[in-house]
Amino acid sequence: MSDKTFKMTLHVWRQSGPNDAGKFERYECPEVNPHMSFLELLDDLNERLIADGQEGIAFDHDCREGICGACGVVINGVPHGPQRRTTTCQLHMRQFINGPHEVWVEPFRASAFPIIKDLTVDRGAFDRIIQAGGYVSVRTGSAAEANEIPVPKKIADRAMDAAECIGCGACVAACPNASASLFTGAKISHLGLLPQGQPEREDRARKMVAQHDAEGFGGCTNHNECEAACPKGISVDFIAQMNRDFLKSMLTAKDDVPNRK
Amino acid sequence: MQRALTLYQTNIGKKAVLALTGFVLVGFVTGHMLGNMNAYLGEEALNGYAETLRSVPALLWTARIALLIAFPLHIYTAISLVRANRAARPQRYAKKEELVTSVAAKWMPYTGLLLLAFLLFHLAHLTFGWLPNFDPTNVYANFVSGFQNPVYSAFYIVGNLALGFHLFHGVWSMFQSLGASHPKYDGYRVDLAIFLSAIITIGNISFPIAVLAGVIQ
Repeated sequence: MSDKTFKMTLHVWRQSGPNDAGKFERYECPEVNPHMSFLELLDDLNERLIADGQEGIAFDHDCREGICGACGVVINGVPHGPQRRTTTCQLHMRQFINGPHEVWVEPFRASAFPIIKDLTVDRGAFDRIIQAGGYVSVRTGSAAEANEIPVPKKIADRAMDAAECIGCGACVAACPNASASLFTGAKISHLGLLPQGQPEREDRARKMVAQHDAEGFGGCTNHNECEAACPKGISVDFIAQMNRDFLKSMLTAKDDVPNRK
Repeated sequence: MQRALTLYQTNIGKKAVLALTGFVLVGFVTGHMLGNMNAYLGEEALNGYAETLRSVPALLWTARIALLIAFPLHIYTAISLVRANRAARPQRYAKKEELVTSVAAKWMPYTGLLLLAFLLFHLAHLTFGWLPNFDPTNVYANFVSGFQNPVYSAFYIVGNLALGFHLFHGVWSMFQSLGASHPKYDGYRVDLAIFLSAIITIGNISFPIAVLAGVIQ
């Protein structure tokens, strides 16, 4: 792996607040180290901006090891950038050695993800979808024996595939309709597949889908862009699972759940 | 009833309606194409087929009523979904790269609108007979004289190419929207979409081409 630094030009979306119109600013990065992550490139740029008396670029980040779901920007039109199944923090600049050396960095764009500042968006809508039904109600007491409830290996694996979702919002960012179907489908499925999730399965599907729509996310039109952009490779199979659970629940469940706002 | 209306207000409910009405319409275009194959058997066969359809009013009107419900519902639902989906991203990306979506999927609203225009033209041409040289008693003659007009033929060919694209995305998507997905069978959904969109498009486009080439005259 070459240690040679290279030059890059960044066009970064700058927006001072939710009501500012925002625009792209051009920044030159004369010495990009191939071992840097994309976030470290932004850190490096921010240090130079701040030393220069300018305001640093606001962007979200937390664990920087690809598991928390905090980071995420759209790099040259792809959420989390050009490397598949990789979060922005785990995207290293070595991916750019052979170009492109001119890169546009934008926030995730969706009416349900209002921009707070620059590249930071408010993903509270995801929290509210989870609050609507993405849980199991458990009577507490002494911890139950973990293997008391038998779960077939294949089902456990499949539930884990859905539970891999880190809630970063790349699916919304990638979707032509800014739909959060993949996120909601994954959250509905990972509980709905397991025995512990059965008692609330129908309510869960209805409440979470109602909240998804109330937040102003679009609907799924089966482009599968979400699956391709997902850093965890969550399958669109879980969208079908959500559709199935939701339709079944709407057509057969006994009690009515009002739309939440 | 309340439940059904609430369901229709959701994105998933609307997609289910699109899928079910789409299913009716796929059945219709398949039957329509196969029936018209009688044109290759000659004037008597096609006119006889048309006469058979009319001789069973119960069947004809069941089909017509199903279509009169399915078409407007499909179109209205699609428009309301497209509008909601556009509203979900008011500000577009300066740069956007598509990773896996197909032309068929992206053009769905446009092929749909083109199909609507084509449908109206097609009804005016061969159902209502509003265009010149229409003989209400001879389907075969209308078929041949219509396709001898290269402008009409071009519209039929373009309309059916749009139908092919629309069907390809629509057929596999229909299963996904209704939640009919299983790793074991998902491949067949796409196979079916390719098969149906190909045979219907090729079958339908063959009619104007056969007339223009003099195979049917």
